[in-house]
Amino acid sequence: MQLVDKDQVSKSLGGRLFFNKFMKVLFLLCTMVGLVVLVTLIVDTVLDGWDHLTWDFLTSFSSSRPESAGIYGAIIGSIWLMAVTAPVAIILSVGTALYLEEYAPKNKITNFITVNISNLAGVPSVVFGLLGLTIFVRQLSLGNSVMAAGLTLALMIMPVIVVASQEAIRAVPGSVREASTGMGATKWQTVSRIILPAAIPGIITGIILALSRAIGETAPLVVIGVPVSLLVTPNSVFDTFQALPMQIYNWVKMPQEEFQYLTAAGIIILLLILFLMNSVAIFIRNKYSKRF
Amino acid sequence: MSEYNIREMIQNNKNNKSTKFVEKAVPTILFIITSVSILTTIGILYTLLSETFIFFTRVPFIEFITATEWNAFSADPTFGIIALVMGTLKIVLISTIVAVPVGLGAAVYLSEYASDRVRRIIKPILEILAGIPTVVYGTFAITFVTPLIREMFPGVSLYNAISPGVVVGIMIVPMIASLSEDAMSSVPRSTREGSLGLGATRFETVLKVVLPAAASGIIASFVLGISRAIGETMIVSIAAGSTPGADFDLSTSLQTMTGFIVQVTSGDAAFGTDLYYSLYAVGMTLFIFTLVMNLAAQWITRRFKEEY
Amino acid sequence: MAELKMKEESVMNEAVRTTEQQNQESGIVQSSRSVFEAKDFNLWYGDNHALQNINLTFNENEISAIIGPSGCGKSTFIKSLNRMVELVPVVHTEGDIVYRDQNIFDKSLTVEELRTKVGMVFQKPNPFPKSIYDNVAYGARVHGIRKKKVLDEIVEKSLRGAAIWDEVKDRLNANAYGLSGGQQQRICIARALAIEPDVILMDEPTSALDPISTTKIEDLMQQLKEKYSIIVVTHNMQQAARISDKTAFFYQGYVVEHDDTKVIFENPKDKRTEDYVSGRFG
Repeated sequence: MQLVDKDQVSKSLGGRLFFNKFMKVLFLLCTMVGLVVLVTLIVDTVLDGWDHLTWDFLTSFSSSRPESAGIYGAIIGSIWLMAVTAPVAIILSVGTALYLEEYAPKNKITNFITVNISNLAGVPSVVFGLLGLTIFVRQLSLGNSVMAAGLTLALMIMPVIVVASQEAIRAVPGSVREASTGMGATKWQTVSRIILPAAIPGIITGIILALSRAIGETAPLVVIGVPVSLLVTPNSVFDTFQALPMQIYNWVKMPQEEFQYLTAAGIIILLLILFLMNSVAIFIRNKYSKRF
Repeated sequence: MSEYNIREMIQNNKNNKSTKFVEKAVPTILFIITSVSILTTIGILYTLLSETFIFFTRVPFIEFITATEWNAFSADPTFGIIALVMGTLKIVLISTIVAVPVGLGAAVYLSEYASDRVRRIIKPILEILAGIPTVVYGTFAITFVTPLIREMFPGVSLYNAISPGVVVGIMIVPMIASLSEDAMSSVPRSTREGSLGLGATRFETVLKVVLPAAASGIIASFVLGISRAIGETMIVSIAAGSTPGADFDLSTSLQTMTGFIVQVTSGDAAFGTDLYYSLYAVGMTLFIFTLVMNLAAQWITRRFKEEY
Repeated sequence: MAELKMKEESVMNEAVRTTEQQNQESGIVQSSRSVFEAKDFNLWYGDNHALQNINLTFNENEISAIIGPSGCGKSTFIKSLNRMVELVPVVHTEGDIVYRDQNIFDKSLTVEELRTKVGMVFQKPNPFPKSIYDNVAYGARVHGIRKKKVLDEIVEKSLRGAAIWDEVKDRLNANAYGLSGGQQQRICIARALAIEPDVILMDEPTSALDPISTTKIEDLMQQLKEKYSIIVVTHNMQQAARISDKTAFFYQGYVVEHDDTKVIFENPKDKRTEDYVSGRFG
């Protein structure tokens, strides 16, 4: 007696193969959703905003009259903001990653720190905004300054850079570490002269990606109370400022249709900056990815 | 041959004070830097807890969790968090309906069907999509998706749950796709070959072998995606409106927890008012929701970690 | 001055004589001073007793080979000599290892100092992801030598010493990863030579290399033993027979036999050594 009916098997095979093809197309369509949305978003934005992307737009301050409103203050403000966020976030994150990978003993405290960092990564940005509002703006009396917002964003992106840096450090092969230790180099000499330089491309990629998230981040700035109309640029980190995403948010809420075009123009600028940052990150990653 | 005595030079440098000092100081400095991450958590908890505590001395806790109305701005305010939670849940529901199948489908395609070349094109696109600021997504929702939906369903109002829900869903697709793909890629090739070698089709192999084997990672990616949707702020602030309500209507204006925080802080909430403190009570609720989701995702990954 | 030198020499001669006497007593014929001496040395990985009562002496200007089947503890032992084995957190040791009259576990000798004097070449070539020059100059820089002129000389001398100068002298600033495996390993040897160690430990230095590169490294080792003491772990018995003066056979964490290489390979005293060197197991 035959347990497997061969005719039955071959008869059902056609159907199975068709279904397999069908599902493959379906999965491909799912993958294409992202591409379609991206293209739609970009085309829609460019169509709306391209005509308003003028030199005047780039060099004027914000205004309640759409025809004379520009993005100058917001761009300068965002640069100031990154000038605070970047160094603080880099020092905190790379330091933390080095400690966790190279120095931390394997115990409960280290484990707790690691879990804590991955939880911080999941805290909504608006909650970081509340932290910044309460601690930096009010208790440390920094007001809605570049410093208050910069510190808030630095804390927010820290977990991202820590994880990226940890991965980059872990990717440095143990054999290279052994070679340095075996020559009588001290721990810190090995870390600072061998491991850190070898991990730098990965760390920089993580930093750029995290900063590109910070530069488009809006919610914490709203909560901190970053102003939407201001006719000066900051002179120090303790001055208040405007920021690119805040400007976009402000415009998109305006009832006049004319402002929608400004919104689109502002988004083009923001996306161009992000595109540039991402290209640099991808360039660094590809250039240095296969070294070991 | 040499005019230098290397051994002697090394010996002379042996007791370099600064090297020894640095060696001792570095671990301490790095530990202090590391403790900032703990301080951040303490800061968040302190901020939320202390102000929430004051809030509950003014508004009864029972009212907060049982009342179904949220009228924070009225002269005689009611603070029923359910109204805001319902708003958040509507967004989460719609975004999950969009993001889970699309994200998982994309993950299956990338991990099981796509050639290396296709993967190299698609993955950066997903990365770009993941890097688009939420304010841009919000603008996209209100200027493109909402009009599209209103054309198809004329009964839908300008502010509704569907448009921001769909866009939040699209926003979390890259996250679900990439985390699920990681989970599927770590299923060993030999497991797949076992099934394919018996004459099973690709799809049957995916369904019966790969997906079950990668289930914990995939489910964790869903949970993390939902957590992101709960905390998403700008898209809902721009496209969902500001009308809190404990109803099930998806076609009218609503408000989420995050949307409320933005609405209050956009204006000038006078320090010390009930409205001001309600900000933190909502923030606390939001924090608990996302924390629970994140811990759940970590637990799932750890608890059901497949050993290959 | 001259008198002092003569005095030194006579002290040295005396020292040589005493070790010779001792060695004759212990049945091993030696011609020079010992650099390393393990005395009742034991090592555990957690609960695993990986090295048991090791008693071994290694001499100056000789190549000593350590052979044995995988898992016998030979790599663990050679890494104990410069205390690299302690990088594994669960390791603990008992007994002594004496390096030139100084117990290496003594607090007065820092691990950095020990490793400066006892260089190591590893199983797989492991150059740093830096230029050839920076690779070789690394040790000197770490130990505080910064003058360009001195570094230049160290680099050239070490590369010549490792018999690779002619191959790389025109591209010292090229990344060491661009070299072939055999060249990389010779860069690693040059890197170890640069700080003029006293002893060079080699942990299966040719196991990742092709036969031609292996021959080059073996020739190099013969030259190096004029100036350095070399201890080499190898799983390749022919290699041990070709290059070493003394050979120790490790088996399951014990030293089964330690003698002149000729004796080990032609006339071993222990049955297990005979089985191993004749290829019956391993």
